[in-house]
Amino acid sequence: MQNEKAKSAAITKKTHEPFIYITKRNDLPRLKAWGIRAAVLLIAMLFCALLVMLLTGENPINVFSSMVEGSFGTSRKMWNLLQSAAILLGISLAVTPAFKMRFWNTGAEGQVLIGMLASVACMFYIGDAIPSWLLIVIMFFASVIAGAVWAGIPGFFKATWNTNETLFTLMMNYVAMQLVSFFIMIWVPSGSMILGVVNADSQNGWFPSIAGQKYLLNVLIVALITVIVYVYLKKTKQGYEIAVVGESENTARYIGINVKKVILRTVLISGALCGVMGWILAAGTAHSITANSVGGNGFTAIMISWMSKFNPLVMVFSSLLVCFLQRGAGEIASTLRLNSSVGEVLTGVIILFIISSEFFINYKVNFRHKKHKEEVK
Amino acid sequence: MKKALSLVLALVMLLALTTAFASCSDSNADFKVGFIFLHDENSTYDKNFIDAADAAAKAMGLTEDQVIMKVNIPEGPECYDAACELVDAGCDLIFADSFGHEDFMIQAAKEFPEVQFCHATGTKAHTEKLANYHNAFASIYEGRYLAGIAAGMKLNEMISSGKITAEQAVIGYVGAWPYAEVKSGYTAFFLGARSVCPSATMKVEYTNSWFDIALEKTAAETLIAAGCVLLSQHADSEGAPKACEEAGIPNVAYNISTISIAPTTALISSKIDWTPYMKLIIEKTRDGKGSEIPYDWCGGIQEGSVKLTELNPACAAPGTQEAIDAAMAQFKAGTLKVFDTSKFTVKGQTLTEYLADVDSDAAFTPDTNVVHDGYFDESADGKRSAPYFDIIIDGIEASK
Repeated sequence: MQNEKAKSAAITKKTHEPFIYITKRNDLPRLKAWGIRAAVLLIAMLFCALLVMLLTGENPINVFSSMVEGSFGTSRKMWNLLQSAAILLGISLAVTPAFKMRFWNTGAEGQVLIGMLASVACMFYIGDAIPSWLLIVIMFFASVIAGAVWAGIPGFFKATWNTNETLFTLMMNYVAMQLVSFFIMIWVPSGSMILGVVNADSQNGWFPSIAGQKYLLNVLIVALITVIVYVYLKKTKQGYEIAVVGESENTARYIGINVKKVILRTVLISGALCGVMGWILAAGTAHSITANSVGGNGFTAIMISWMSKFNPLVMVFSSLLVCFLQRGAGEIASTLRLNSSVGEVLTGVIILFIISSEFFINYKVNFRHKKHKEEVK
Repeated sequence: MKKALSLVLALVMLLALTTAFASCSDSNADFKVGFIFLHDENSTYDKNFIDAADAAAKAMGLTEDQVIMKVNIPEGPECYDAACELVDAGCDLIFADSFGHEDFMIQAAKEFPEVQFCHATGTKAHTEKLANYHNAFASIYEGRYLAGIAAGMKLNEMISSGKITAEQAVIGYVGAWPYAEVKSGYTAFFLGARSVCPSATMKVEYTNSWFDIALEKTAAETLIAAGCVLLSQHADSEGAPKACEEAGIPNVAYNISTISIAPTTALISSKIDWTPYMKLIIEKTRDGKGSEIPYDWCGGIQEGSVKLTELNPACAAPGTQEAIDAAMAQFKAGTLKVFDTSKFTVKGQTLTEYLADVDSDAAFTPDTNVVHDGYFDESADGKRSAPYFDIIIDGIEASK
């Protein structure tokens, strides 16, 4: 290696070695990698503390403590954290098969929303006609189909005519939102544009509370989805096919994978999982719908999936962290009466630090040695 | 490795320290009030509530620890969760400011009967009949009527100076949604204007959004292009006032004074001041008389809930203040009714009876006759505080 470098330097005498250069490293032990991550997190916290002091004059200890308070202050807050993390995790898992195949599904927001719309429509139209358990089952299938169709449309266009799926799925989000507004307009003739809670008295189509916890079932279903997606991606033939198509379509074709079929199948699965999340949001969380019910989780999920390098188990921690930060931002706005943008800035800083820590784990930063300088002369 | 371990330990200690710090910051005050706001102070709608909450808390001598505000709470299950968290934090009274919060507030109210829940703009308290759930609004239609007088006086000035003919006295109105609250507002405004300028007519454009600067500006420009010579709006952004200032068209605003953004064309604004209601609910709850808070509370001019911002001398016609003061005195004396049925017609007919959808039900069936003694009784005592006037009267032309 050194020899080669010297040789090339000798051949093209004018080549200057840059002051800083990076090399890929493959040999970093796991523990050291986690050490880097922890160190970066600490630096991020210190940086945030400094930022808080400079921008607001608040004591950063107060700010951090109220962030912790926002998620862990009471058992209810912990449940609310678990619930929001479960929703974010579920959507992140849903987009992951598509991403692993390098299908840029930016339409999770709309796919979840359309799944939710399907469930709420079932609650609205047949809520009183059938028993609640049957209604929940029908809602499940309605949501799965709706989500799959919403992802399947751009998937079909991509597989058949190679259209740009990033733009296509993105635009489908807006169609879904307008559809929701359209249905609310039909369902609420007073013009208030607020549907309100559906079946508030009968609770038909609502998930039951388990052990007094209304969000427990949501969390359990998402935990199950986590395991299923993990096994599907890591242990099955289809999961392997996804990985190969993602790495190189030509290789996939060469070894006899039907690329078109894999793309369509994976996109449908991704959309169907989004539909499931819509079902959970409708039956387990909101019992209602607005055009903003998914609340940007469909986009945050993209970041979670990437941050976690498509590993479902890592996603558990990433989504917990992001929800912790989001709730913390809200708590700061509430207790310290700082504008909630302060909390969002801190969240952004911390996530930026975490993402950049991956850079230092994957690459080594080298500085030009003095000796080299002389050699070049 | 050791380094990594020590870093993690340091981190854990930091967190432990901060939680310990947090747990001793609780105050011993026995009364607490919690507020749930849809947005933060960057929205004029919410700022109006936040300012009122601060003013009421100060007037009632509450300390900072006794007031908890949660901002940016969407109209969904997050509202229920926020209400529960406020209960956990020891709040005896919880207030929410947006229409879509209602069902989630009711859900929380049923779960925590010992806590009072108050909700602005909602419609269900008088039918839910929970001892701890209350709605509130203000007779803002009276405020809009008064602002309408300022508009009518301005139109008269434009007619007498020869700028427009009497038939060209067309008012433009940018509305959010075709919803009773908006329709009640623009009809009152129109009737106020017509009470001084009989030839006035009005065109309404909806934006189908409560807050959208670009849409509101475009709607205002559309109305101006269609020949409207004076504009008003029921939407929360400064889009329409800006369009008016650019075109040199007088504008009547809502909730905030727009003189700073439209110095030559801002006329006057009507606004709801929520301070009197907030003072009332804080006082009642603190004295243990929470159940005495009415199901529906509708504040008016008398209570100081309905107000007008200062008249802009650079735009207003002479004599406007006097005309407004005269009408205000009549409102206070109870001799003037905004929706006096002798003052307007619907499809050429005088209104003698009208079934409004006062009691909320899933099918939105009209259920209560609200016309009596020669007027449409808006936001009536014993009915509900949120507006239910949703008729398009003659002289008003609404889009779509």
